[in-house]
Amino acid sequence: MQSIGEKMNNNYKASISDKYKAVVIGGSAGSFQSITKILSIIPSDFPLPMFLCLHRLKHVRNGFVEALSIKSNKVIVEPYDKESIKRGGVYLAPANYHMCLDLGNTLSLATDELVNNSRPAIDLTFDTSAYVYREKLVGILLSGANKDGAAGMARVKEKNGLTIVQDPEESMINAMPNAALAATEIDLVLKVDEIIDFLLLLHQKVKNV
Amino acid sequence: MNQVPEKEIEIAELRKLTQVIKDKYDFEFKDYAMSSFKRRIKRILELYKFKTVDKLVEVLESTPEFFEEFLSEITVNVTEMFRDPTFWKVLREQIIPNILLNHDKISIWHAGCSSGEEVFSMAIMLREMEVLDKAKIIATDIDTAIINKAKLGTYSLKNMDLNSKNYEKAMGKATLQKYYQESGNEAILDKSLVQNVSYRRHDLVKGGVFSKFDLVLCRNVMIYFNQSLQNDVLIKLHESLFKYGYLVIGSKESLIWCDISNKFIVVNNEEKIYKKVKD
Repeated sequence: MQSIGEKMNNNYKASISDKYKAVVIGGSAGSFQSITKILSIIPSDFPLPMFLCLHRLKHVRNGFVEALSIKSNKVIVEPYDKESIKRGGVYLAPANYHMCLDLGNTLSLATDELVNNSRPAIDLTFDTSAYVYREKLVGILLSGANKDGAAGMARVKEKNGLTIVQDPEESMINAMPNAALAATEIDLVLKVDEIIDFLLLLHQKVKNV
Repeated sequence: MNQVPEKEIEIAELRKLTQVIKDKYDFEFKDYAMSSFKRRIKRILELYKFKTVDKLVEVLESTPEFFEEFLSEITVNVTEMFRDPTFWKVLREQIIPNILLNHDKISIWHAGCSSGEEVFSMAIMLREMEVLDKAKIIATDIDTAIINKAKLGTYSLKNMDLNSKNYEKAMGKATLQKYYQESGNEAILDKSLVQNVSYRRHDLVKGGVFSKFDLVLCRNVMIYFNQSLQNDVLIKLHESLFKYGYLVIGSKESLIWCDISNKFIVVNNEEKIYKKVKD
């Protein structure tokens, strides 16, 4: 495997393109602060829909979206089943439901079995996002404690979307980014501040599209 | 590095599959939500070690006995007793007393009862309210095998922790233990609770309206359907309710997008309890 860090870290500016139509972000243990930071800087008029699948307590329905919203410039919603995807919407997978995308700009929820011991499972949100958005998808996997998201990232790559993981050296719990790095070709390995910078540059590129 | 992701199932393959099932078995799956239906099919391929959807189609065409197994695997049977405890609290404190204000009897339909946890929860709650003998309960599912499991009322002991926690939150009492006996790794529920429950096979998609109810529970069932099928099923649920009867759906389901949503009013938005106000 190539040495991470030196080779990839600063290439992200070249990956910015106005072809992207959606961003999907997965994370688990240790990613809460990173995602809060990202949401606190993304401007309110960031036009691409964002899908967040973060591991969370199964039986606590309320509180998480409120906690994420405190510093966010954008309204974050836990969608209802079959909710339409809106320009610039931020969608958080609700407690104890898998969140999937269906053709026709639709979010579908499901209560079927745990995947990677998780519901919501990052793999399912990533896999179905890749199916719908194909090469127009940016997939970002933050730190976490298991391999959930790795197969989903492989699917994003297979569809020629852009794959980004948080630098394992920065994340306290790096099983998740490492599993993705082992599973598929990851385009960019970035620190959280670089992920933010990437999204801000992406914003400049896509805001008038 | 670069493991090849599993081959994706194509929509064309699924169309062929649903057509064969319709022609041969008269069940309609074409309007199931694509993302979850595809996942169920993938699961069946793995479970039976079929390499392709075509192989599954072949087996379904040649082996009618396999179809029942297929039905069992295609349906999602993940549930809990007293799932969403706050919902049960509202049911106990408001909805049931409200229905009994105007009626001597209460008729309840569990549409998509799965392995029966919700039915037992209802019976326990009604018994504690001392109105179980006033209730006529019908529980239906598309899958005969899961109905038999529901009738059996035997659940894995390891699930009883969560079930008990839910019960505690819903009913404000300490334990569920007086309603079941332990046997090995299993909890056997008190069957006198459900002695008057009628369990039947019924398919929400193809099945008609068979009775009218004061309360219909259809929680996390329609999420497996696409929007147009949700519409059709909701029309049947509406017809299955007495005027001013109650409909309950899952906590992240909504009637907002359905054509006949204006025939209901929201009684409790957090717990997704609706009341039919127009015929």
